[in-house]
Amino acid sequence: MKKELEYKWTDFESGFVIMEPGTSRAYHTGDWRSLRPIFDHERCIKCGVCWIFCPDCAIRFDKEGYAEADLDYCKGCGICSRECLPGAITMVGEEE
Amino acid sequence: MGKRVGLEVSFAASEAVRLANVDVIAAYPITPQTHIVERLSEFVNNGELDAEFVPVESEHSAMSVCTGSQAVGARSFTCTSSQGLILMSEIVYCTAAMRLPVLMVLANRSISSPISIWNDHTDVMSIRDCGWIQYFAENGQDVFDHVLISFRVGEDRGVMLPVIVNMDGFSLSHVIEPMELLDQETVDKFLPPYRADVVLDPARPVTMGAIVLPTCFTETKKAQDEALKASMPTILEAWKEFGDLTGRYYHPIEEYRTEGAEVLLVTMGGIGETAMWAVDQMREKGRPVGLLKIRLWRPFPFKEFRKAASKAKILVVVDRAVSYGGPGGPVASELRSALYNEPERPQVVNFIAGLASRDVTPFDFIAMVDRAEEAFQKGTGPEYEIYGVRE
Repeated sequence: MKKELEYKWTDFESGFVIMEPGTSRAYHTGDWRSLRPIFDHERCIKCGVCWIFCPDCAIRFDKEGYAEADLDYCKGCGICSRECLPGAITMVGEEE
Repeated sequence: MGKRVGLEVSFAASEAVRLANVDVIAAYPITPQTHIVERLSEFVNNGELDAEFVPVESEHSAMSVCTGSQAVGARSFTCTSSQGLILMSEIVYCTAAMRLPVLMVLANRSISSPISIWNDHTDVMSIRDCGWIQYFAENGQDVFDHVLISFRVGEDRGVMLPVIVNMDGFSLSHVIEPMELLDQETVDKFLPPYRADVVLDPARPVTMGAIVLPTCFTETKKAQDEALKASMPTILEAWKEFGDLTGRYYHPIEEYRTEGAEVLLVTMGGIGETAMWAVDQMREKGRPVGLLKIRLWRPFPFKEFRKAASKAKILVVVDRAVSYGGPGGPVASELRSALYNEPERPQVVNFIAGLASRDVTPFDFIAMVDRAEEAFQKGTGPEYEIYGVRE
């Protein structure tokens, strides 16, 4: 795929239609993040509330069924941490 | 050839939409547009038109339905007025940017407040830069013809843009005029079925109306601007072909008695016919006055306008909308701008008139020409004047 700055105005499909499905995956919105969710396996009860509430579908489950964040797309909004019933998710600064 | 009938102009618009065999109609009733959509709903109910009629709950939804249905490859039609247009405006911009050739008939009406159901051009001027092709009809025949011409132009593979046919509310929409309708065979000859290169289809997924980052947004807007400008040859070609078929030829700028004219009135929409009568009166008295009627507003016909206007000394531009605190009516300020770099250019005198259907009579046009000549001789005058206001 071409890099963004290589596109000339004549290069787009009419109406800026994107012919290939799923291209939003190529854009890593996780780059916007300033806070990162940390998951405490001692507290996580694998209920999936974080998965339900995540507005970016950036929660997935590891092989053992624990929730984790897909850091390519997690924007660090902290909703999972706010909603987590047993308090298993802590937001920490990316700089820390 | 078609039959000559007396018909309310709104019903003529509906008849043209029926003849165009649209697939989807979505509209919400608003005065003075209502008769068009009422008649269309009757057609669908009576089985005279095989279309999906979507009785939406607002104009925002009407435009959303039409944009969506056009995106799956269905010929789609809506009509509205005034506040309805304002409510749909969010989607109106998207439809053009997504290059979906929806057709809208806009029965022009003032915008509130105060509430006015009457006619002027303040509604369409509020979305002047929406990216649609925009025509102004002068009479009922124009409206009927331009519904068909607009489907043909907008859906052309090289154009793929939505079109607004402006018709003055009440003074056109609600009057019965003599006109010549076309039969189905003639319409079918002129207007091929709608075929889009790309449609929404789960079997071949595409994204329409996606986000774009600042790195590419400028390029998408350049492409859109060029697309609208590039529709001009197709418009001219469609008018030529329609003329050959019906004997009715249309032009971006219609000239009336412009030969040797030192003063040119400039109008857009239905008041042009009144202005013709005023020009006749002035010509009878030997005054060198002519008339330009702007039929095509977007893409703006710069070449044709400059050619038509260049020989005059004064342009008397009659606007039907106010640009509050701005340089004058929207038409006059654009014409001034179009002429600014010309080595020799007429002086533009701007009157804003006919707000909320206030009559603009032939005598008003004559008075405007008198006043413009006076201003020209003095060498000064206001940027614009709201004509006929009580002081």
